[in-house]
Amino acid sequence: MVRFLLSKLLYLVPTFLGITIVAFSFVRILPGDPVLLMAGERGVSPERHAELSAQLGFDKPIVMQYFDFLGRLLQGDLGNSLVTKRPVLDEFLALFPATLELGLCAILIATLIGVPVGVLAAIKRGSWFDQVSMTSALVGFSMPIFWWGLLLIIFFSGFLGWTPVSGRISLMYYFPEGTGFMLIDSLMSGQDGAFASAVSHLILPSIVLATIPLAVIARQTRSAMLEVMGEDYVRTARAKGMPSRRVIGVHALRNAMIPVVTTIGLQIGVLIAGAILTETIFSWPGIGKWMIDSISRRDYPVVQSGLLLIAGLVMLVNLLVDLTYGLINPRIRAS
Amino acid sequence: MKLLSHGLLAVSALALTTAFAEAKTFVYCSEASPEGFDPSPYTAGTTFDASGHPIYNRLTEFKKGTTEVEPGLAESWEVSEDGTEYTFKLRQGVKFHSNDRFTPTRDFNADDVIFSFQRQGDPNHPWHQYIPGITYEYYTSMDMPNLVKSIEKVDDYTVKITLNRPEAPFLANIAMPFASIVSKEYADTLEAAGAQADLNNLPIGTGPFRFVAYQKDAVIRYQKNADYWGEAPKIDDLIFAITPDPSVRLQKLKAGECHLMPYPSPADLESIRADDSLKLDEQPGLNVGYLAYNTTVAPFDNPKVRKALNMAINKEAIIDAVFQGAAEPAKNPIPPTMWSYNDAVQDDPYDPEAAKAMLEAEGVTDLSMNIWAMPVQRPYMPNARRTAELMQEDLSKVGVNAQIVSYEWGEYLQKSMEAGRDGAVILGWTGDNGDPDNFLSVLLSCDSAKEGGANRAFWCNEEFSDLLQQAKVTSDQAERTKLYEQAQVIFKDQAPWLTIAHSTQYVPMRSEVTGFVMSPLGDFTFETVDLAE
Repeated sequence: MVRFLLSKLLYLVPTFLGITIVAFSFVRILPGDPVLLMAGERGVSPERHAELSAQLGFDKPIVMQYFDFLGRLLQGDLGNSLVTKRPVLDEFLALFPATLELGLCAILIATLIGVPVGVLAAIKRGSWFDQVSMTSALVGFSMPIFWWGLLLIIFFSGFLGWTPVSGRISLMYYFPEGTGFMLIDSLMSGQDGAFASAVSHLILPSIVLATIPLAVIARQTRSAMLEVMGEDYVRTARAKGMPSRRVIGVHALRNAMIPVVTTIGLQIGVLIAGAILTETIFSWPGIGKWMIDSISRRDYPVVQSGLLLIAGLVMLVNLLVDLTYGLINPRIRAS
Repeated sequence: MKLLSHGLLAVSALALTTAFAEAKTFVYCSEASPEGFDPSPYTAGTTFDASGHPIYNRLTEFKKGTTEVEPGLAESWEVSEDGTEYTFKLRQGVKFHSNDRFTPTRDFNADDVIFSFQRQGDPNHPWHQYIPGITYEYYTSMDMPNLVKSIEKVDDYTVKITLNRPEAPFLANIAMPFASIVSKEYADTLEAAGAQADLNNLPIGTGPFRFVAYQKDAVIRYQKNADYWGEAPKIDDLIFAITPDPSVRLQKLKAGECHLMPYPSPADLESIRADDSLKLDEQPGLNVGYLAYNTTVAPFDNPKVRKALNMAINKEAIIDAVFQGAAEPAKNPIPPTMWSYNDAVQDDPYDPEAAKAMLEAEGVTDLSMNIWAMPVQRPYMPNARRTAELMQEDLSKVGVNAQIVSYEWGEYLQKSMEAGRDGAVILGWTGDNGDPDNFLSVLLSCDSAKEGGANRAFWCNEEFSDLLQQAKVTSDQAERTKLYEQAQVIFKDQAPWLTIAHSTQYVPMRSEVTGFVMSPLGDFTFETVDLAE
């Protein structure tokens, strides 16, 4: 197990270095100059442009800029935002809990609904349940998130008035930020109704963000289950008279879960992409919206360091997924 | 005992409810996050709405709902004969806000004024770079470094600012948010604690509202400044709920989650008007959208050709299709709400037949040209691509073949200002301070017709520029008005631009909101708002 872990960790080093190059060059490949964007319609004189570029370090050769970035990175300095002038890491840490809270709720919804629906659809293959659920999954998978979110807001918040339109908690509640996780902070604040308000604000964005992963997980679970249920050992288990519930629950599901866990792990990337739109529409103060704003303003330090932090997290999650395999599947642990 | 504690609970609950009912909370669904809370290093209107306007004051202020300058922290001022010396008498008894870190021991005085200007103008000032990488772009772009010669304290309540040259718009310039007055005593306290950056994070000002807290990208909270020197705000708490999407803002407004919102989608205006719980204020914006020909390149160097092209384009159709009617056709480069607007100027009529004949008379046949369509949306131009398409269609009717080009925004701004650029560029301007000079000099003077300027017609008319220069050094507004009126006549005659439109600003709010005053400068300020019972 230790060797397994070490080999995985070793792979992370070149991957991480590769990501620094991609993150650094990605934002510079985009046309557009942060100094010109700051000046806007008014324009900026060539002298002032040179002065500002030098101040921001953009006058150096691009390779030098990269090594500067890498050097500072090794010292734990991710740079300052060109727009807010605040350290990128501070901004990330202030916003990340909101994205994490939303992402966890979404993945929880997607898994808790997606897996049982997939299993049931596989067992009752060809039934109306199978057809309805898999058609809905196809629709869900193809849903434009922005439109879907707005539709839910107009119906549930505007028309029915069941849920709040946007934000993380009612503005009536005010307490100092503790963990950054609104569910925990509101509970700890002891204010009447704060927790309920936080939950009600989380419902629609979680549903919207969960939609695509839910569809993918349900479909993946169904196909994995169908494949496993055709295997010899399942037939043998049935043949020796084992109760159906046990055959599905222990023999089939456990083996079918391996590709499903991979799929769930891969959804982290999808969640971050989805978070960009979900956060914008629900005014959710997370890192998705932060990245979009920074890209459009060509805020180089935020984009490159933000990408790096996100990529690092995705790598961490993938590592955890790899380790989870070992728990589910002893064959991987042994090899 | 149990009874007692229940009783206490009931009493405190009652107190809380009463407090909540009595405290008037006003929620504004703002459109974006502020860049920071020190107004001087930033340039976005959103930042000024969240910092400069609620938290701070300036020596001079814009009178509510106008672009007229009135006394602010300066009670009065005198200008020397030659127009280069401004002596400001400061208001006494003005208190700065306090927070957990700072309680002021003295009132506002001349030291604060000097500190506020010098930290921006003097590169060696210890507070010039109090955050690494900070710059003072507004101070620089209003030419303050070249304009201000010195700033001196005469006594605790008198400050003298000496200029290198007379500059009539100076009083309007220093009413802009970048010239907000910060507390020197607070800066000293922060410096002693090594927490300089908090000048930007935990602002202290003299304005109508005190900063309470900011949760990034989510909520800003303010409280009424009980010691405010001017008329006290009518609401107790002011909250900015940051809501970037205009449709979501409207849903929040309808659901009563906020009281007022900026920038509705033009498509939603009808449904807002139809909703009894909402009302809609409107006013012409202080802006202009234009098409700038390159007047240094043939055949656009011929004013008659430019005029003919202007006559070929149907502005009304653009206003209907692109602005959805929410604009008025522009004939002058400055908007009609601005003083010195010359209403006597006659616009070039829409007349494709005459235009065609004029082009032929000038020997222009088979003309091919580029129309530049900007890639972003602005209040003065909601959809440049669509506008360019309409122009293309109109021009084809007079035998002109137009291609539409576009670039990424930063590149667009740069390339459109390169000498020898082809064709005509769609762009616009929103005023900073309500002074005509802020439109005419910035966009059309000879000085700005070079790289780094903003004169995208590269139009340099000596007579026009001389009039602007005279107006700039004259402090008598009636005289300035005459000069600007004359300048507008020259502009129309020479036609360096097709003036397209001045767009209308809309502010939807809940019907219980009273006392909101729209600002011609596009600012959102809340010291006069109230909520009807």
